[in-house]
This record gives sequence, structure tokens and C-alpha cells, in this order.
Amino acid sequence: MATRSRKPFDLRAQPGFLFIAMICFFMLYLPIVTLVVFAFNAGESVAVWQGFSTRWFQSAWHNSQVQEAAWRTLYVATIAATGAAIMATMAALATTRTAGYRGLTFKYAFINQPLMVPEIVTAVALLIVFSRFKVWSGYTGIGYVLLAHTAFCIPFAYLPIRARLESMDLTLERAAADLYATPWNAFRRVTLPLLWPGILAGYMLAFVISLDDVVITEFVKSGGQETLPTYMLGQLRRVVTPEINAISSVFLALSILIVTLFFIVSRKRN
Amino acid sequence: MSNAEAVAKKFRERDIFGRWLLSFPALFVIFIAAVGPLFVMLLYSFMVKGDYGDVKYWQFSGDGWFSVFFQRDIFDDTVSVADAHLLILWRSIRLAAMTTVLTLFFGFPTAYFIATRPEGKRELWLFLITIPFWTNILIRTFAIQETIRNEGVFNTVLMKLGIISSPIQIMFTDTAVLLGMVYVYLPLMVLPVYASLEKLDFRLVEAGYDLYAPRLQVLWRIILPLTKPGIIAGSILVFIPAIGAYVTPRVLGGGKNMMLGNLIELQFGQGRNWPLGAALSITLMIIVTVALLFYVRNASKSGAGHGH
Repeated sequence: MATRSRKPFDLRAQPGFLFIAMICFFMLYLPIVTLVVFAFNAGESVAVWQGFSTRWFQSAWHNSQVQEAAWRTLYVATIAATGAAIMATMAALATTRTAGYRGLTFKYAFINQPLMVPEIVTAVALLIVFSRFKVWSGYTGIGYVLLAHTAFCIPFAYLPIRARLESMDLTLERAAADLYATPWNAFRRVTLPLLWPGILAGYMLAFVISLDDVVITEFVKSGGQETLPTYMLGQLRRVVTPEINAISSVFLALSILIVTLFFIVSRKRN
Repeated sequence: MSNAEAVAKKFRERDIFGRWLLSFPALFVIFIAAVGPLFVMLLYSFMVKGDYGDVKYWQFSGDGWFSVFFQRDIFDDTVSVADAHLLILWRSIRLAAMTTVLTLFFGFPTAYFIATRPEGKRELWLFLITIPFWTNILIRTFAIQETIRNEGVFNTVLMKLGIISSPIQIMFTDTAVLLGMVYVYLPLMVLPVYASLEKLDFRLVEAGYDLYAPRLQVLWRIILPLTKPGIIAGSILVFIPAIGAYVTPRVLGGGKNMMLGNLIELQFGQGRNWPLGAALSITLMIIVTVALLFYVRNASKSGAGHGH
């Protein structure tokens, strides 16, 4: 009888799991890859390949609506992420490394509240309040969008900053205080440098969250305040050309860049 | 009280005051642009609707809430159940639940696959899951739309292979919405499940095999119970955005296959019925809160169960 070679018993294997996992990765990337490929299509179609060209990137680049929306998106994300990171840092300093005090649980709940409510609910609630305020004050600028973005970015920025702070003990700050450092100096020279990776991670998380927002912006913005996502949402109703693919691809590249940075920063942290 | 105690108390009070001061900006911004408006919305749900949208101020009525569930005939004033609303409500719950189950079905093996890779290679696989997670939901919805359209990759390939002769209509059906949501929310399931699988002690799995348990039983009675916290967390993370989904059903479902989020938007747009929209939003929030409470209860229960 021929001896059958048997694979050693693999403790961790489960039947079919590898197969499903591979399907998952394939399905996750097939649409994205297709999207990017057709951004380089020479023809008008987003499904039939008609040769390579970068014309859609050029046309997107020269499209003044896209340009304007792109700048506005980056502007909003920068301001909102900066504001959120600063406020989240302050809030994290106030809610960690303490024996606990009255109102601490309330603060946690309050800061995380935007995560618990579906976006559409926050969006219409803001529409109600801001539309009234717009009539009342006469101000219809970008401030409403900035304010809304800052608010929903705070919990995202808060998460990594708080996690970082909780892994730092007070020894070094106490040592600084023993050496007659003023509280501000101790913060600037000791706490801040140690906390920096957390703040950076929080900033990037907030930035991406702001960049990605469609729903809240759609309801809060006044006329002529399209961001790239709301512009794209409007375009999807019409006949789609590969220009949308081109915009999406650039957007995608930006997201990947930020995730990569995020990974590097949080790796350093460990 | 001794002098030292008094000083310590004063010191502590000052510390707490400083902490309130520090957290004030964040709390304030969240109050005016997230929490506060929710209360205003609750108030709006009890007001009389304006003729061109908005409400008539300080004129209260229960009409908004009434019309969530009932409708009045314009001609003979008879009241009947608002079946259009209930249908959308039911569709939202059903699709969100199905999305949760399907993301678990696909996400669990994927997370398991990543967790059982050699230590150094896990990060790369995890990275591959994280990229779609960080990509704009609109882009991903658009990508899936391009795939399942009649002229899309899916139908083109099947037709070229001769499996079908005419394209399968997927767009603008519930299936399209479901597919889109599974696609969009899959990373939200994989990440927490992975986090608890990573902590799984495989010696317990080994013990199961030593006692002659077949693979499926090991999965069912050892691995799944031990990763329950991750499964519950993932389910909540998927269910909540899925039930409140707006972009995916709007793009993939079209006008006929609305979900709750689209119905809410309609009331603030063409519907011009803000009190109804506000009442629907609060209904959605109640569903989400119930789901969260279920999570908190289960999380604390399974947390207590693992205290050895």
C-alpha cells in the first residue's frame, strides 16, 4: 500500500475560512480597483475600456467647480481637525489620570455622544437649528459647516489622545514640578512632547472623518458651499463620466496616504 | 479637620475646577452643534408644521408623531395606519439586521484568517482591511454601483462568459442596498472581531481537539463564545450606521427603496413636514438607543462571565 502523505494537523485552521476570507479581500478591492482603472479610460464610459488616457484627470483638474469644492474640503478639514485636536487634548487632560470626580462619567458620555447618534439625525437637527439661526442673524457663511465638523470630529480626536495619556503616568510631571517647573512649563516641556504622537493620530483621524463627511455637510451648508463629497453626491444623480472616477482616485490616494501615516505614527507609539 | 486636610481638600477642589475649565471648550462645541440641537428637534416634533417647511412657532400639536404611524384621509377624514412609513421602518430594520448577519458571516472568517497569520504578517492584512474603512463612504458606494450596474463589471463578465444573456437588474433593488451596505460596513465588523480573536488563547482550542472535539464543535463551543464581546461590538458598530444609512440607499436604492434616513430627508425637502421628520428622527434614535442598551447589558454580562 502506498503511504499517503498527510499534512500536519493545523490547530488553527477552520474549514472554508480561508476561502471566505479570500472572497472578502477580493470583493473589497475589486470595485475600488475597477474604479481607479476606469479613471484612466480614454472613452466616456465607466465600464467599457477604450484605451489609456489621463484626460479625465485633466478635465477634473480644470473643472472650476471641482477645484473650488476640493479647496473648501481641505480648508474645512484643516480647521475642523485643528480645532477638534486642541479641544480633545484639553478634554483628555481633564478626564484622565485622576482618582475620579463627580461629572467625569457625564463628560465621557457627552464627548462620545456624536458617535452614538446616526449621522442623518444629527444632520437634520443641525438643519433645524442653523436654518433658524441663519434667518435670525443673516450670516450664511462657512462657519456653520466648520462648527458642525469640529463637533463631530472631537470624539474621534479624543480617542487616541486619551489612550495615549492613560498609558503615561504622572512621574515625569511630578519630577518636573519638584524641579520648580511652573505647571505651564511642565506641560510644554514634558507632557506635550510625550503626548504628541497621540495628538497627531487624533488629528489625522479627525481630518479623515471631516474629509469623508457627506450627510451632515449636505444638510448644514448654504448655497454655493459644496465640498467634494457633496459635489460628488450631486453628480451621481446625473450621467456619470470617468471624471468622477478620477476625482475619487485622487481622494482615495489621499486617504491611503493618511492611513499610512497614521499606521506609522501609531506604530512608533508602541 | 486638620490644617493639612483642609489644604489637600482645597487643592483637590482647584484641580477639579481646572479640569472643568479644560474640558469646557469641547463640551461647549458638542453642546451647541450636536447635543443641543437634538433637544430642539424633540421640541419641533411637537409643533405645528409650517406651510412651506419649518414650523409655526409655539403652536403645539401631536400631528408630527401621529403621522409617523397613522394617516388621515384628505376627503373623508378617516384614520388608517401609515403603511408606507411602517414599510420603510420595517425595511430599515430588516436590511440593517441582514447587513449585520452577512458582515458577521464574511467578517468573522476574515478576522480569523488575519488573527491566525504569523505575527509579522498580520499588520499587512489588517492594513488591507483598514484602507477601505478610511475611504470615503461615497466613493465606496460609487465603486459598488459601478460594479453591479447593468453595464457594470459583474454583468459584463457574466455575459461574456455566456452565463446570462441579458444583464441582471440589481441596481435600485433592496438587494443592491443590502450588497452596498455589507460592502461599506464590512471593515466595522472585521476590526473588533479581530481585536478579540487576537487575544484568543489557542491552548483552549488545543484542549478541545485533545478531547476529540470535531472542528465545527471547537468553533461553535470554544472560539465563538470566547470572542463574543468582539462579535457583539462589531454587530453594534454595523447595525447603528446601517439602520440610519442615508447615502447607500439613496445611491443604490433609488427613490423606491427608501430607508428611514431617506424618509427623514424627504420630510425636510419636498415633504415640507418638519415635525414629522423630527418625530421620525427621534424614532430612529430610540431604535439605536435600544440597540446600544442591549450592547451595554451584554458587554457587562460577558465581562463578568470572564472574570476568573
